[in-house]
Amino acid sequence: MSQSQAQKKQEQDAYKKLAQKHQPKPPLLKNVIMAFLVGGAISAVGQAFINYFAARGMPPDKAGAPAAIVMVFLGALLTGLGVYDSIAKVGGAGAAVPITGYANSIVATAMEFKREGWIMGMSARMFQIAGPVIVYAVVSGVVVGLIRWFLAGVQ
Amino acid sequence: MSYLIAFVVGGLICAIGQVILDRTKLTPGHVMVIMVVSGAILAGFGLYQPLVKFAGAGAAIPVSNFGYVIVEGVLRELKMQGAFGALTGVFELAGSVIAASIFFGFIFAAFFRPKS
Amino acid sequence: MQAVQTAAKKVGKQSIAFQNPPKIVSTFSIVGPKEGQGPLGKDFDTVLDDSYYGEKTWEKTEAKMVGEAVNNVIQRANLKPENIDYVLAGDLLDQIISTNFGIRDTDIPFFGLYGACSTMAEALTMGAILVDGGYASRVIATASSHFDSAERQYRYPVELGVQRKPTSQWTVTGSGAALLAAEGQGPRIVGATVGKIVDMGVKDPNNMGTAMAPAAADTIAAHLQDFGKSPRDYDLIVSGDLGEIGLSITKELLQKQKIEISDRFYDTGLMIFDRAQGVQAGASGAGCSAVVFSSHLVKELQAGKYKRILLVGTGALLSPVTYQQGESIPSIAHAVSVEM
Repeated sequence: MSQSQAQKKQEQDAYKKLAQKHQPKPPLLKNVIMAFLVGGAISAVGQAFINYFAARGMPPDKAGAPAAIVMVFLGALLTGLGVYDSIAKVGGAGAAVPITGYANSIVATAMEFKREGWIMGMSARMFQIAGPVIVYAVVSGVVVGLIRWFLAGVQ
Repeated sequence: MSYLIAFVVGGLICAIGQVILDRTKLTPGHVMVIMVVSGAILAGFGLYQPLVKFAGAGAAIPVSNFGYVIVEGVLRELKMQGAFGALTGVFELAGSVIAASIFFGFIFAAFFRPKS
Repeated sequence: MQAVQTAAKKVGKQSIAFQNPPKIVSTFSIVGPKEGQGPLGKDFDTVLDDSYYGEKTWEKTEAKMVGEAVNNVIQRANLKPENIDYVLAGDLLDQIISTNFGIRDTDIPFFGLYGACSTMAEALTMGAILVDGGYASRVIATASSHFDSAERQYRYPVELGVQRKPTSQWTVTGSGAALLAAEGQGPRIVGATVGKIVDMGVKDPNNMGTAMAPAAADTIAAHLQDFGKSPRDYDLIVSGDLGEIGLSITKELLQKQKIEISDRFYDTGLMIFDRAQGVQAGASGAGCSAVVFSSHLVKELQAGKYKRILLVGTGALLSPVTYQQGESIPSIAHAVSVEM
């Protein structure tokens, strides 16, 4: 590092320290409580559908899939109606982490980029946020599955 | 009772996500990715299935479930048909949610426009 | 060694003193509904009913606002487009499309500027140089931004469920224009200080106030130094737009240099919205200082509430590409001194 670079670095560090005390902290406790309540409520709604499908005679471990599909439908609908971003403003991760948040990320981007065309706009961009989620789910799922299979196989 | 457990467990998973959001510079997209990878890893240790059994939607509705169902599908197919199962099993259980999100995503995006 | 000549109208290190100060003979501002509901709502000339303004996309909306601001500021001065020598304008979008498209039908020679949120101050400075230098009799300085078009370019689709960080700023929907002329009545642009790019290594795109504060402090200090002025020579020093965090950091940075401006230092990003409007650290966007200057500030000057103000436009010169590549945020501030 040259002398001028070192000096620049020192200046930047000093500024970082000075700026630090002016930074507002996110209201962590309030945010976490709201995330808990909103995420919990969405999960409870999901439970209602699981219970409903189970009551219709579906085995409990099979009722999760149709319930998830209904939740995706609801997340997509509320996004289209312009409601989901308001829920997220209050709920933060409580709205982003449930499967409805995943649906929201697809509809929100698809709607936004429809103006750039139905193919290269809407359809290409609908995975801007959901794409990485699918990519990492698949890659980690395959890797974890193979490791588990290999270890179990050796046993 | 099932509602209460789903509420508490689902809420707690989201609360963890919120701590990540507020304590780091990561975005909701990052948090979703962390959740699915965590779900897959927990599934690898055989821990996610008991959680789903216990909490129902509390574990099945957060996106972490997505990592779990992919691992489950992969393991099932690996047992049935060996190494190729690692790929043929990926969307066995997870496929329906992806299909639903693409289909509904397309339909709603076609009919609505962003409101600001 | 040969002595380096200094230009006659240049003052100090980086400032200009105008010898024939151009007058701001008319202004016009057009804003979105949220801005209309804010504390300055009644000062704006046009308030839109919704964020689309009858257009299909927000880019078109923004371009339409730019066109209306330019046309109206000309009409207000009882002039015609052919009486205008140049338009100097810019906005936040890539290739400053809102501006290019907004004024393409006006038939006036045009300089496109980019200075992020400092664009209005940059346009006023360049416009004053043209008029004072005798290269133009009348020019229009204008800048614009639109919350939704900026969100989709810099951040996320607006319907995406994202909680805004307390350090983030809310992009103003609006376009403000000022007509500068050699002859006429109105507040005069007497001086300007052109900023340097300052980068103190801040990387968080959700914290532009912290990124821009060092640039603002640098330019304000240079301005006072170059003109040999004290903050008390101004009734108001108004940045556009540091937001709450950037404002308080700038105050501290200047205090460290023994410059006390706290009692007369304010920010357009804190004037345009009420805290209850949910804008976190305040407002931002090229349109913010443009509409506040072209409405409220010029009106206050005309009403005699202020005799001298210093408008300090501050810009965070980042793009989604640079922050995704982990680059810090280069920032700039330009100061324009306006007297009634």
